[in-house]
Amino acid sequence: MTDFLQLFFSGMATGAIYSLAALGFTLLWQASGTINFAQGEFVMLPAFMMLGFMSIGAPLAVSFAMTVVLAVLLLGWVFKRGLVDPLFKFGMMPIVVATIGLSIAMRNGLRAGYSAEAHPFPSLFADKLFNIAGVTITLADVGTFAVALILVFVVQAFMTKTVTGRAMQAVAQNTESASVLGINVPRMIFYAFAINAVLAVAAALLVTPTYLAKFDMGESLGNKAFFAAIIGGFNNSRGALLGGLIVGVCENLAAAYISPAYKDAVALVIFMVVILFKPQGLLGKKVERKV
Amino acid sequence: MKKITLILIAACAILLLAAPPFLKNYGVYLLSYWLVFVIATMGLNLTVGYAGQKSLGHAAFFGIGAYTVAILMKAGFSFWLGLPAAALICFIVGIALGFPALRVQTIYLAFATLGFNTAVWLVMRNEEWLTGGTFGINNIARPSLFGYSLEGNLAYYYFVLGTAVVLGALQWGLLRSPWGKAFTALRDNPIRAESLGINTRSYTLLSFAIGAVYAGIAGALFASLVQFIEPAPFTVGASIMMYLMVVVGGPGYFLGPLLGSAVGVILPEWLRFAQAWYLFVFGSAVVLLMIWLPDGLLSIPDRIKAKRQAREASAARAAAAQQQGAR
Repeated sequence: MTDFLQLFFSGMATGAIYSLAALGFTLLWQASGTINFAQGEFVMLPAFMMLGFMSIGAPLAVSFAMTVVLAVLLLGWVFKRGLVDPLFKFGMMPIVVATIGLSIAMRNGLRAGYSAEAHPFPSLFADKLFNIAGVTITLADVGTFAVALILVFVVQAFMTKTVTGRAMQAVAQNTESASVLGINVPRMIFYAFAINAVLAVAAALLVTPTYLAKFDMGESLGNKAFFAAIIGGFNNSRGALLGGLIVGVCENLAAAYISPAYKDAVALVIFMVVILFKPQGLLGKKVERKV
Repeated sequence: MKKITLILIAACAILLLAAPPFLKNYGVYLLSYWLVFVIATMGLNLTVGYAGQKSLGHAAFFGIGAYTVAILMKAGFSFWLGLPAAALICFIVGIALGFPALRVQTIYLAFATLGFNTAVWLVMRNEEWLTGGTFGINNIARPSLFGYSLEGNLAYYYFVLGTAVVLGALQWGLLRSPWGKAFTALRDNPIRAESLGINTRSYTLLSFAIGAVYAGIAGALFASLVQFIEPAPFTVGASIMMYLMVVVGGPGYFLGPLLGSAVGVILPEWLRFAQAWYLFVFGSAVVLLMIWLPDGLLSIPDRIKAKRQAREASAARAAAAQQQGAR
């Protein structure tokens, strides 16, 4: 039982990170119907930006802040203006293909231009262990989980409680009526991209200490975040949280009780089961198909 | 078909038939490699370009084909049994994978197939008793045909070329049959296709399964060509590469796979000097191509034609307006 709890809790920490990446993904989908196959690379790049700022002597907090600014500019503004806006009129698939191309370019550009090796990354949390009823939990696990959870709820609160957030939701639901109501639609869509970029930087901050900064670290992270988003419900932010936690926990349990070799297939199996019974995801709303 | 297209095709055919004996061994090998990918992406073009199903797991079928042949040949069976077995298994798996595809569309389907690819790859890597795991299967023999040995690179090249031509002709026929029309109807407007009495379910499954058969045959040829297989060429990355080849060449264009595979297989050899930067260049090129030419390289002639027609139409309108003004 203690083993089970142990696995469960460390799975929650990993799952929280999947949730963060998945949340950015559902945000972009809701705001602009964009599916970003480079989401994993959007986490990888900030990790290296932060390493870069730290290598020139900036403390972690400062390099985090600078990376946020840079990420909003590059992964938010440049990405939206340079790739999504020109492709939007052609429908979803060209955007998917272009973001696949982008992920290949980002991954291999970094490998060729910087380094193919894994780089260590300082942890936000001290090396400390908690022992609760025989279950050992690291401070990093608790902290990661807490920070990720707080971020998810802050984004949720922003979306539902503030005027800007509500305007963003209005744009997502019906772009035309939103613009009739005087909402600045392009700006709202940009906010979604900006939030996505910030979430990616936060995910990088939380995930890199354990996974190390490596050119291909985004690959599996991106995949699992996508599966998590779909499991939870593509058009629901709370779904991203649920999906991420489910994938994280199940993966950890499966690695221990079934086979570590097939750990990466867990997300897939849950995904298959969920879409067979509930194609819109666990918390998703049904969308009527258009003729 | 226009004269110029026919001349181009004839020139290509002569080049493909006559040039290889003058090439070095590696050049012949590379051309065979390219043709294998042409066959595989021909199948993917059918699924993606003609039937409009977003499949990102094509390398899994490619791998299933390769491993089927390799395992059967290691068990003492002939290549000529392995090849149809590979095609048949891929057909069955393709149908089986098509079923979830019926429930989900577009992006969900892309992820389902992507996940399927991961699962197949994990089996290849982990089930050592069957696939040799990361050590792979080596010394896969090349077959002989009617007493001629295909052991040599040149002989094998002509064999792959022949297979590619036969499969290409089959696809050409298929696309002109009612089935082919149904596929395109499915892509262009699934709901209208359904209301016209097309059984969308079975055609979705079929487009998947036939595409998988092409990949399976390509995989079988691949195993015999490289003579050593391991899980690496059958990853999700390889699937994505094949998808990009189809998109770069022009999805829904019959000759798209020829061009797309050349970009994916032969171009990297020319760009050897770029080495590590090649994939970066390739990825960036895909992004730019999508922005400027979302329908692929082969859509360039159509674009030029459309532009000319638009210009002529506006000239005609202007002339008509002038005439009206004169009267």
